[in-house]
Amino acid sequence: MSDKYPLNPNIPPGPVQEKWTSHKFNMKLVNPANKRKHTVIVVGTGLAGASAAASLGELGYNVLSFCIQDSPRRAHSVAAQGGINAAKNYQNDGDSVYRLFYDTVKGGDFRSREANVYRLSEVSTNIIDQCVAQGVPFAREYGGTLANRSFGGAQVSRTFYARGQTGQQLLLGAYGSLMRQVEEGKVKLFPRREMLDLVKIDGVARGIITRNLVSGELEKYAADAVLLCTGGYSTVFYLSTNAVNCNATAAWRCYKKGAYFANPCYTQIHPTCIPRFGETQSKLTLMSESLRNDGRVWVPRRKGDERKPSEIPESERDYYLETKYPAFGNLVPRDIASRNAKEVCDEGRGVGPTGFAVYLDFAEAINRLGKDVIAQRYGNLFAMYHEISGDDPYETPMMIYPAPHYTMGGLWVDYNLMTTIDGLFALGEANFSDHGANRLGASALMQGLADGYFVIPYTLGNYLASAQPKPVTTDAAEFEEAVKNVQTGVEKLMSINGHTTADEIHRELGNIMIDEVGMARSEKGLKKALEEIPKIREKFWKDLRIPGDAKDYNKELEKAGRVADFLELGELMARDALERKESCGGHFRLESQDKDGEAKRDDKNFTHVAAWRFLGEDKVPERCVEPLEYEYVKPSERSYK
Amino acid sequence: MKVNLRIWRQPGPHAPGRLVDYSIDGIDPSQSFLEMLDALNEKLIKEGKEPVAFESDCREGICGNCGLVINGVAHGPKAACTTCEVRMRQFEDGQTITVEPFRAKAFPMIKDLVVNRSAFDRIMSKGGFVAVNSGSAQDANLQPIHKDDAEHAMDAAACIGCGACVAACPNASASLFVGAKVSQYTWLPQGKVERHGRVLKMVKQMDAEGFGDCSNHAECEAACPKEISVSNISRMRREYTKALLAGV
Repeated sequence: MSDKYPLNPNIPPGPVQEKWTSHKFNMKLVNPANKRKHTVIVVGTGLAGASAAASLGELGYNVLSFCIQDSPRRAHSVAAQGGINAAKNYQNDGDSVYRLFYDTVKGGDFRSREANVYRLSEVSTNIIDQCVAQGVPFAREYGGTLANRSFGGAQVSRTFYARGQTGQQLLLGAYGSLMRQVEEGKVKLFPRREMLDLVKIDGVARGIITRNLVSGELEKYAADAVLLCTGGYSTVFYLSTNAVNCNATAAWRCYKKGAYFANPCYTQIHPTCIPRFGETQSKLTLMSESLRNDGRVWVPRRKGDERKPSEIPESERDYYLETKYPAFGNLVPRDIASRNAKEVCDEGRGVGPTGFAVYLDFAEAINRLGKDVIAQRYGNLFAMYHEISGDDPYETPMMIYPAPHYTMGGLWVDYNLMTTIDGLFALGEANFSDHGANRLGASALMQGLADGYFVIPYTLGNYLASAQPKPVTTDAAEFEEAVKNVQTGVEKLMSINGHTTADEIHRELGNIMIDEVGMARSEKGLKKALEEIPKIREKFWKDLRIPGDAKDYNKELEKAGRVADFLELGELMARDALERKESCGGHFRLESQDKDGEAKRDDKNFTHVAAWRFLGEDKVPERCVEPLEYEYVKPSERSYK
Repeated sequence: MKVNLRIWRQPGPHAPGRLVDYSIDGIDPSQSFLEMLDALNEKLIKEGKEPVAFESDCREGICGNCGLVINGVAHGPKAACTTCEVRMRQFEDGQTITVEPFRAKAFPMIKDLVVNRSAFDRIMSKGGFVAVNSGSAQDANLQPIHKDDAEHAMDAAACIGCGACVAACPNASASLFVGAKVSQYTWLPQGKVERHGRVLKMVKQMDAEGFGDCSNHAECEAACPKEISVSNISRMRREYTKALLAGV
C-alpha cells in the first residue's frame, strides 16, 4: 500500500443497514436558492448520465450534458436486454434488501465494498418505483402487478423487465426526464461532443475540453463539478458486445490527470453471444442469458466431431455444465459458464466453422413446453439469431461463444462516488464500485440508475456545500493550456500519415487482449501481452493513417484517438492482471486454481482494491491498495456445485 | 461475393452532392451491410481517398443511430430490421446497390450519409415524458395496469427514433414517431394527467420543425424496423381532437 497516497473510501460509520440513512442526514445541503448558482458537467447520457443530469436539473442545478451520439437516447445502455434487479420481494420468495446485498457481494467474489453494495440494494426498490412512475412499460401479470423473472444464477425472482428491451425502456424513461429538464432550461444538451481532457484548477476538477464531432472545433466548458458517466471499456478487445463507438477516452484522460484507475483487469465475458464468423466482423451480438433458463449447453464428447448436431446421439453429447455443477446446471454465473465454454473449445471439442462455439439446445424444452411457449419466451431472440447466423434455432441448436461485455473495473471512487480528483465524480460502469470482480446479471442497469437518481443528488450537494468552489470561467489559463495540449495531440495523430488504419491496429490489439487478458490469464501470457502491446503502440504512432481534415466530421480521427488510449489501457489491464496473482470473479489466473480446475481466491493477499496511479508517460504506474473488510458477508468459497 | 455501389457523397451541408460508383469484392454473405461499408472505407483509406461518412453504433438494431436508404428503401430490403441488421446474403452477387441518406427537410444534411435528426429530441422535450421528479414515486405495485394495456404501451414504446418513418413518407411526416410516443402514454395511467398538453405540444413542435402532414400512405409502418403500427397515428389524432375539445 502506498502510504503517501492513502485511499480513503469515506465509508460512513454505523451498521451497514444504517450507513446510507445516517449519511444522507449528515451530509450538507445546498440551499435551493444557491443550487442555481452551481453548474455541473455531466459527460455521457446512458442510464447513469441521463438519470444524474435529469435529477440534478430537477433540483435546480445548471447542468451541461454531453454525449458523443447525435442524441442522448442512443447511449449504449439502450442495448441491455435482460432486466433490472430490485429487492421488492413482490414474489414472496424470500428476497430482501439484505439478500440482494448478500448475493451481490458473493457474486462479486468478495472484491467489492460492503457499504456500497448495501446502498445499491437499498435504493434498488426506489428505482423500480421511479421508472414505473415515468411510464416505463414493464411486463405485467394478468392481475396488473409487475412481473418478475429469475435471472443469471439468482435463486429468487427479482428481475423486472420490458420484453428483451429493458435497457432501452429504462433509458427512454431517463431520457424523457432529461428532455423535460432541457425544456425547463435547467439542462443544456451538447450532442456530438467528445470529451478529450479534464481541466483542473488548483488540483480540483473545473471543466472539460471537448471536440465538436461535426465541425472539429475544440471547445471549453467550465463548471463546479464534473460527472463522468461514460461507460465501460470492453471495446479494448475490439470485438465485444458493446456499441462500436463505446470507448474509454474520457476516463483514460482523467486517469492521466490524476484519477486512480481501479481493478482494470476485472472484465466480464458474457457466455451467450453469437460466435464470430470471420475477420471482417465489427462486433459480437449478445443474446440475453435468459436463454439459459431453457437451453441446454453441450458439446460432442469426442474431439473434432464434425457430425451435424442432429446426428450426434445423446450418449455422445457432453452436457458439461449440468454434470459439473448439478445444483445450478446451465444457470451457473456468467464467468463460470464462459470459462467452461472456453475450456471445452480449447480441448478441441468446440463446434461450428471456427471451432469456437458450443451448442445451446432447446429441443428438450420444445418437447416439454411446446414450440409456442418457447416462441413466447424467446421469439425475438430466436429471430435475431436466425437473421444473423442463417440457422433456425427451433430446428437446430444455437451456437454460442463468450464475448467481452462489461467491465467491473473503472475509475476509483469513494462512497460518495468521487474520484481521487476533488470535484470529479464517476457513475455507472465508468466507476469500479459495486460489482467487485464479477457482476451479476441485471445489476448493471440497477447500478447506473442508483448512482444517477438516488446517490449523486445527495453526495454532489454535500461536495458543493463543503468545498464551496469559487466561480470560474473558461478564460482561466488552465483552459487555454488544456486546449493547446489537446490540439497538439490531434495534430500529432493527423501528421503520422502512414499506411495502417485505426481499425487494423485496434483488431491487432484486440487479438492480444482476448488471447492473453481474456477469459484465462497466465503469468507467461500476461508478460507476453506486456511485450506485445508497446510494439503495437509503436506501430500505431509510426504507421497510422487518418484521411481527411481535423476540422471536419472525421470518423477516422475519432477512432484513432480512442485506439491510442486503448493501447495504453490494455497495457494497464495486463499489468493489473499480472499483479493479481489470484483467481477471482471474471479474473481467472491459470496458476491459481484448485484440484478440480475451479478458481482459487487468495483472500490473505488480495482482499483489496488495486488502484493505479499515473506517474507519467512511459513510466510504470504505481499500484495503490484499498483494503476490503467483510463484516457482514463472510468470504466463502464461491461454489455453484 | 462482389457488389457495385452507388453511394451519395456530399462533403457538407452547403456543397453539392452526387452518386458515386464503387465496387467491392471478397464480401462474405454473413457480413452485415455496414461491415461491407467498413471494408469499402478501409479500401478507400488505403487508396488515399476519403471514406464514406455514415453513422452506426450498437450494430444490433436498438440504438437507432444507423439509417440508410438502400435501393430506395429506408433500412433496406428486409422488413422489420435496421440498416445494421441487413446482411449481405440479402443481395445477389454482382448486384448494384444504391445507398442514400435519410432525406427530409427536418433532417438537415451533415456529410455524405449523415443527417441531423435533433428535431426528434426537440419534439420529445415538449412532452415525451411523464413529469415526475426523482424520488417522488409511490410503490410500483400500488397501481395495477392491465397486462394488455402494458403490452400495447410496450408495442408503441419500442420506437428507436431512427427516422425511417420520416425518410419513407412522401410528405416526410414524423407522425408515426410522435404517434408512438403519444400512444405509449395513452395506454398507461401514468400518462393521463398530462395527456392533452402532451399531444398538443408535441404536434405543434413537429409542425414547427418542418415535418409534413400525414396523408395515410402508411409507408412509415412498412419501413419501421420495430413494426410500429399506423394505428398509433390514428390514436394520436383522436387524442389531439379530444385535447382540442377539452379546450386546453
